[in-house]
Amino acid sequence: MADAKDERRPAGELEASVMAALWAAGAPQTPGQVQRSLGTDLARTTVTTILTRLHDKGVVHRHRQGRGFAYVPVQDAQGLTAKRMHSELDRDSDRETALARFVAQLGPDDERILRELLEADEQPGG
Amino acid sequence: MTALLILPLLVPFALPALARRALDRLTPAVALWTVTGSAVALAGCTLAALGAFVLTGLLQLPFFAALGELIRPLHTASDRFVLPLAVVSVGGLAVCAWTFTRSALRQIRAFRAARTAAGRGPAAGDLCVVDSPGADAYALPGRPHRIVVTTGMLRSLDGAEREALFAHERAHNAGGHHYFLAAAELAAHCHPALGRVRDVIRLAVERVADEAAASAVGDRRLTARAIARAALAGRGGGVERPAFVPGAVSGPVPRRVEALLAVPAAGRRAGAWVAVLLAACAAVSCVASATGVIDFHHRVEVAQGEAER
Repeated sequence: MADAKDERRPAGELEASVMAALWAAGAPQTPGQVQRSLGTDLARTTVTTILTRLHDKGVVHRHRQGRGFAYVPVQDAQGLTAKRMHSELDRDSDRETALARFVAQLGPDDERILRELLEADEQPGG
Repeated sequence: MTALLILPLLVPFALPALARRALDRLTPAVALWTVTGSAVALAGCTLAALGAFVLTGLLQLPFFAALGELIRPLHTASDRFVLPLAVVSVGGLAVCAWTFTRSALRQIRAFRAARTAAGRGPAAGDLCVVDSPGADAYALPGRPHRIVVTTGMLRSLDGAEREALFAHERAHNAGGHHYFLAAAELAAHCHPALGRVRDVIRLAVERVADEAAASAVGDRRLTARAIARAALAGRGGGVERPAFVPGAVSGPVPRRVEALLAVPAAGRRAGAWVAVLLAACAAVSCVASATGVIDFHHRVEVAQGEAER
């Protein structure tokens, strides 16, 4: 049930709430999931409209999931590239092979950075 | 004249206790206005009194007496009394100006950094999300007003609590609370006793925003829970921000939560006397310093030979 009071709130506030829900989730969210995690009683169609508007503004990224879209907040340019690589990998049915080919085609500089990242990741834990 | 001008320097010592009582007994919004107003008035009177002392001292020196076109010596209480006062006043004003300039520069720098950081991240509506594991949230004044929240904070609250937090930050921006905090900061640099009043003003600002958030989400318990959870999440490190920027978890949080959980008192008539006392303090200070300064001006004119003794 949609609450009339929540529907009447300024568009900016609704966008902020939806954006906050996306960030809090930390994983791609469908409009239904966003609607459930919001503290307000917004109709699902309203949530979808807001998500579409945010996507038009370029602050969220979306990819097809089932019959609709799943949305993630756009971080910075680098974060966006990483997200895109992830979604490309997810789309491929044979993820492992795709990843192996990707790593095999990396240049020597990329390989060095990757190795340094892995080593830095291991040190604090052990 | 000297006694009258010393009064504005003494009155501020009574203000911290009165301000705390005002916050306890008055509604937060009324308390914020009266306490900030009287603190600013007392700070202004302190500066006026110190300035008059400095001028009195300077005009005793032949060079400045010539510069001020005095034809006879300035009539003052006693040199034994006036000169040390003038020296102390010069020191006081210098310290005041120095700490104020330093703090203003630092705050402006922090504010610019915060605005740039907020502008870099993606914005939806008035919300700026900073991708950081540390939990922090604050209202960032400017054009347009923003509320800045870290992902760490967003993740430690549920949907309804996030709404309460946003309502709190929006209340800060809508109420122009950064002006009150800036005024409190300014007053604190003018008189040491007003430094403790600044803490009361900070708490009053948070209480006003808490009440506004509670009425916006229509649930006092929910608001109290959101503030408490945000404070627990935000312990230990956050994003650096200027002191005049109101945050969600500044001030003594247990007191704020307690006040939110308490049923708001219906009649606040009992607190009216605190407001009257605060206004009286400001009035006494203003009248004393104004009379003192006018008297000083008259003495200077006498010394210049322009007025009759």
